[in-house]
Amino acid sequence: MEGFSDFWSTYSTLVFTVGIHALLALSIWLTLACGLLSLANAAFMGIGAYTAALLTLNLGWPFPAVLAAGALAPAAVALAIGVPTLRLSGVYLAMATLAFGEVSRVIILNLDITGGPEGLNGIPLVTEGWHIVLILAVVAYGLARLRRSRVGRAFEAIKEDEVAARLMGIDVDRHKLFAFTLGAVIAGLAGALNAHYTFFISPREYGFENAVDILTMTILGGISSLIGPVLGATILTLLPELLRFLHDYRLAVNGAILVLVVLFLPTGLWDSRRIRAWFARRASR
Amino acid sequence: MSMLSIRGVGKNFGGLQVLQDVNFEVPGGSIFGLIGPNGAGKTTVFNLVTGLLQASSGTIAFQGRDLAGVAPHQITRLGIARTFQNIRIFRDMTLLQNVMVGMHHLVDYGPLALFFATPTCREAERRARERALELLSWVKLDHKAGLTADNLSYGDQRKLEFARALATEPKLLLLDEPVAGMNPAEKTVLMEEIRNIRDRGYGVFLIEHDMRFVMGLCDRIAVLNFGRIIAEGAPEEIRNHPDVIEAYLGREDQPEEASV
Repeated sequence: MEGFSDFWSTYSTLVFTVGIHALLALSIWLTLACGLLSLANAAFMGIGAYTAALLTLNLGWPFPAVLAAGALAPAAVALAIGVPTLRLSGVYLAMATLAFGEVSRVIILNLDITGGPEGLNGIPLVTEGWHIVLILAVVAYGLARLRRSRVGRAFEAIKEDEVAARLMGIDVDRHKLFAFTLGAVIAGLAGALNAHYTFFISPREYGFENAVDILTMTILGGISSLIGPVLGATILTLLPELLRFLHDYRLAVNGAILVLVVLFLPTGLWDSRRIRAWFARRASR
Repeated sequence: MSMLSIRGVGKNFGGLQVLQDVNFEVPGGSIFGLIGPNGAGKTTVFNLVTGLLQASSGTIAFQGRDLAGVAPHQITRLGIARTFQNIRIFRDMTLLQNVMVGMHHLVDYGPLALFFATPTCREAERRARERALELLSWVKLDHKAGLTADNLSYGDQRKLEFARALATEPKLLLLDEPVAGMNPAEKTVLMEEIRNIRDRGYGVFLIEHDMRFVMGLCDRIAVLNFGRIIAEGAPEEIRNHPDVIEAYLGREDQPEEASV
């Protein structure tokens, strides 16, 4: 028991970070699941984090209300920017959402209420481990239900062939907007939880680099199921820690591992089709 | 008794006039064929009817309702379904899922029912699955329901697309070259199946190159050439129509004239 509490005091931060990252990876999985390459999720996380932190610091709202606001604020923004930008696809959508992310970061950087470049300090540490676990579990369960429903089938149809999906009676634009907005809700929740866990937030955490990190987790894990994003988030969070013994070469090796995975497993680490085929082969032996 | 009426329809892409003053009526409960040489504008007609393109002039009405400005998914919900010349099934989805996508607007439950997996929601999904299996067995693909669609042969892919179109519960079925790439035996079977569909009260509107297939199957035929309707009538009339023969085979005296 002593060993466990030692382990926990050293690594609890890491475990909770895995949870936050898993939420973010699932948030971008939603848009990827209907074929949209959106890089707005880091900004949605930032909007959620700042909204939540400001409500706690300035108005002293109770934590559940703060979390709800942290989820709803980015959703409102997603609805507003989704209508014009989701007409774009592919690289153009990526560029537009990236631009939106940068604009959000610069706005946060220059406002007085957000503390500018110094960020917000002294956010009460009210996020408990079980909050993260519970929210992650509810989100994962909800997405699993969604995936196996008419909406999940519509997402997949849209990803494969938008024109054919339209002619199957699917309102493609509404489904895309829904995926984008729900993704913003999840990213906002992750941001709100994270803000009340790390004590301090600054605009730097929600920029381009973070957007790409979130995308990398999901792509590395694979988007064919919900296990992929969670697995990718876990690996990308833990790998730099596990490679600590390499000292100065740590980040280089980290990068090399990612390159190898992408080269040899282009559909991600967890490809449900590949895994099913593997089990089928074993069973037939 | 007309189901789909096309009146004075024209379509141009920039300066290119693809369709000019196209008029015809597709009656319900029968098989209507639209034929014509390559590039005559047949698929454009389908794209206009399904709302993928908007007509430059004229009106298209389905059961008396003007389709101008109606979105493709709404047109499908009104009761028009189609297949594509270059098969567009969802390749990474299973056959069952492919057909169930077609039922999207017929399977209905709210987000809360979905999240809590209420009996209503499970029942709706179960019914949809059963109906999908029924449609698959109708095209004799039910034994492959769990496979992903990219495993299918060309002919089976066409059948799957057919089942998926029927899953939307259409009143009018648009078939874009349904027998392309099929062997004679498969063609005969499909002909029977299309007749079955008509006899169940659906309207069928098809585009086809295979003349024997069209002549043997259709109740009425319109011929499109260079974006204009040059003839319309029963198969026997079309077969002997001089303009149709010319459009397909060319004029007999043309080479001599050219050499003079």
